[in-house]
Amino acid sequence: MKMLKLATLLIACALPARAEINIQTVTSPGGITAWLVTEPDIPFTALEIRFRGGTSLDASGKRGAINLMTALIEEGTGDLDSVAFARARDSLAASYSFSADQDSVGVSARFLTENRDQAVDLLRRALTEPRFDVDATERVRGQVLAGLRQDAKDPRTLANQRLREMAFGDHPYATTGDGTIDSVSALTRDDMVTAHLASIARDRIYVAAAGDITAEDLGPMLDTLLGGLPPTGAPLPPRAPMNLTGGITVQDFPGPQATVLFAHEGIKRDDPDFFAASILNEILGGGRFSARLMTEVRDRRGLTYGIGSYLIGYDQAEMLMGQFSSANGTVGQAVEVIRDEWRKIATEGVTEAELEKTKTYLTGNYPLRFDGNGPIAGMLVGMQMIGLSPDYPKTRNAMVEAVTMEDVKRVAATLFREGDLRFVVVGEPEGVTSTD
Amino acid sequence: MLRRTLALCLLAATPALAEDVTTFQLDNGLEVVVIEDHRAPVVTQMVWYRTGAADEAPGLSGIAHFLEHLMFKGTDTLAPGEFSATVEAQGGNDNAFTSWDYTAYFQRVAADRLDLMMQIESDRMRNLKISEEDITTERAVIIEERKQRTDSSPAALLQEQMRAAQFLNHPYRIPIIGWMHEMEALDRDDALDHYTRFYAPNNAILVVAGDVTPEQVREMAQTHYGPLAPSDAITDRVRPAEPPQIAERRLTLADARVSEPYVLRTYLAPERDPGAQEQAAALTILAELLGGSGQTSLFAQGLQFGVNPVAVYASAYYSGTALDDGTFGLVVVPMPGVDLATAEAAMDDLITTFIDTGPDADDLARIKTQIRASEIYARDNVDGLARRYGEALAVGLTVQDVQDWPNVLEAVTAEQVVEAARDTLNRDRAVTGWLMPEAEAAE
Repeated sequence: MKMLKLATLLIACALPARAEINIQTVTSPGGITAWLVTEPDIPFTALEIRFRGGTSLDASGKRGAINLMTALIEEGTGDLDSVAFARARDSLAASYSFSADQDSVGVSARFLTENRDQAVDLLRRALTEPRFDVDATERVRGQVLAGLRQDAKDPRTLANQRLREMAFGDHPYATTGDGTIDSVSALTRDDMVTAHLASIARDRIYVAAAGDITAEDLGPMLDTLLGGLPPTGAPLPPRAPMNLTGGITVQDFPGPQATVLFAHEGIKRDDPDFFAASILNEILGGGRFSARLMTEVRDRRGLTYGIGSYLIGYDQAEMLMGQFSSANGTVGQAVEVIRDEWRKIATEGVTEAELEKTKTYLTGNYPLRFDGNGPIAGMLVGMQMIGLSPDYPKTRNAMVEAVTMEDVKRVAATLFREGDLRFVVVGEPEGVTSTD
Repeated sequence: MLRRTLALCLLAATPALAEDVTTFQLDNGLEVVVIEDHRAPVVTQMVWYRTGAADEAPGLSGIAHFLEHLMFKGTDTLAPGEFSATVEAQGGNDNAFTSWDYTAYFQRVAADRLDLMMQIESDRMRNLKISEEDITTERAVIIEERKQRTDSSPAALLQEQMRAAQFLNHPYRIPIIGWMHEMEALDRDDALDHYTRFYAPNNAILVVAGDVTPEQVREMAQTHYGPLAPSDAITDRVRPAEPPQIAERRLTLADARVSEPYVLRTYLAPERDPGAQEQAAALTILAELLGGSGQTSLFAQGLQFGVNPVAVYASAYYSGTALDDGTFGLVVVPMPGVDLATAEAAMDDLITTFIDTGPDADDLARIKTQIRASEIYARDNVDGLARRYGEALAVGLTVQDVQDWPNVLEAVTAEQVVEAARDTLNRDRAVTGWLMPEAEAAE
């Protein structure tokens, strides 16, 4: 057909082979390193900071401390209470957001060139001298507790928690970093101070900036912003176990659909076969409409609105995980389709056409992600967290291209283990029961 | 005060319109907007149709959204699924969305792939092919979508019920996804009728944003969209209008899946009109003053702070970009132990006080500072700009209206905000919804 020919021709033309960005590394006089993309077109800077460790650094019996502490960073510093701090920030039209996940505490900031020094100084004060006022703590604690009560009635969260419990033994990954009603209710101001010292320190900092700022300006700014933090924090958690076994776990929950997570062990980010695994996962469960699971479960059978699978790389564990929702009456059929696809890709691999198309997609799509100061800063800090070098955007596509059919076949046979898949089904599924 | 001085000095000059926008129209009526951003070799194409869920034939709720799904099936020259496969083969991403006033399709690709994107997007503007099999499986998909997004969510169900109560006559009362019993009966003819009537160059807006020049877009658009015949079925978009709303409506939805009860209030509210956006601008600022900040807004201060706070969370929301009158919304999630009646009364007291006393001058100045800065930050996201223009044009606003909007917001006075609050926050034209856990509602 006419269309097909044209599409094929265009593939043969040169795709943008690499992301056209120029990453500088900047080391401050005080020894803090950051990655920078200078882009002066728009007069603002996007800044991303990560502190490795995150909620996994919660002390014993204090689950949720780092999460609550992180939420309190924007609730006042020094002589500014939470309202005064918010007014000062908003008057500068700066934005700061603070978040915590199982591997890091994150700071995302953006500020205008015209008041950069003031915006950075205010952020410094928040990060280094949070007040942890009693009234602000109670208000934010109330919000965290409300979130926990909602989680207890959210099928997706329930499935996730069940899967973590089964997978990660007594590692912090086994429970949510938000904590429990009991643990969060019991947290004190001292716990906040301890959590702050444990998780926000100079020995675990990753920084990226993009926008209207030069290396000359960024260097001293890093020391101003972060130089006053304590040199060391709490020890990082050990490697997590992987205790998932094959089978089905059903948890009863009312509603028209069952929500399903399915997973087994994944692959390390620095494994030489990681790119082959990425390509395989993209073929099987990528977000594209033409991925196999999307085609088989949604397009051919109409069993779901959406399905996908992901290679998840935490600092201390890896999973290959997927998710979907399906009507209670059809969820069993969908599970069987997934099992079939899992077996099929492991035993038969993929076609030449699938491999080539997916490489074209992955290499062509990569440069599209670097579109804007905010996204670029986010990508750059993420790369540092997983140990990549600043030239990665220029070499990454070549590594995708280098994956051969033999690589893919070999990796598929070991990566996809249908017998090891654990399905967690939250709902009222018909004809699906727990296997253990 | 220092704060005030800062707010007044900063960004004192209204920023010159920063984004680089060009517009033109093809002979067949297709409107074209080009937004240049040459920072990265990337382009987004969006086609917005001036038709949505509020334009559906009676009894066919969900057909606009169903058709959106079916647009990814085949044409005379593309097999089912080949559209997305073609985009993906270029490393691109594509998707679509449906609202009450519009249906939009987009692709994001390397800039040198724009011509191919225009070829396939223009192809499906007039040449869609749908089989009975497509209908059967895709209808199952949208039914799963409804179950996932609406029927599995008490919050979504409450909003759906409130909307149906808010609009007595206007089709905004109908859910975009459709009522289940009508979705189950949607068929091929329904989809094709909607398609043939509404999908045509003279009912569409093409927005191209990214690393491209207006001249390039004009040439490609002329080649691909230029030959398409306009539809003669496009008429003025006059929907059934609301009668005067004279009685408050209240409803309660109880569901075992609710953990945090809350009160939601929506008022019938005017939207942005071409050349007359002042009232919508005042409402936009009103929403910011009432609920735009978790620390400094009126609701945060009045409901969440203090010795005996009433609420865990409270907010206000309003979006004026619509063809017809929409809603202004308020939400309060009470503290455990505070009942919904108490929380609602506290919220209403705050509104009464606000209408009496007006906004704090510092608060208003700070919000305007943030609005001015948001125009700078917005330029970092060219896709966001594409959506801003596409949506506005799809609901009958003009490029001039979009470009005037920051200045209209800037000019809003404290008196106008109070007047907007007094006019709009009238419970005779409001729906109040209580979301409750089942056990509590039964008591």
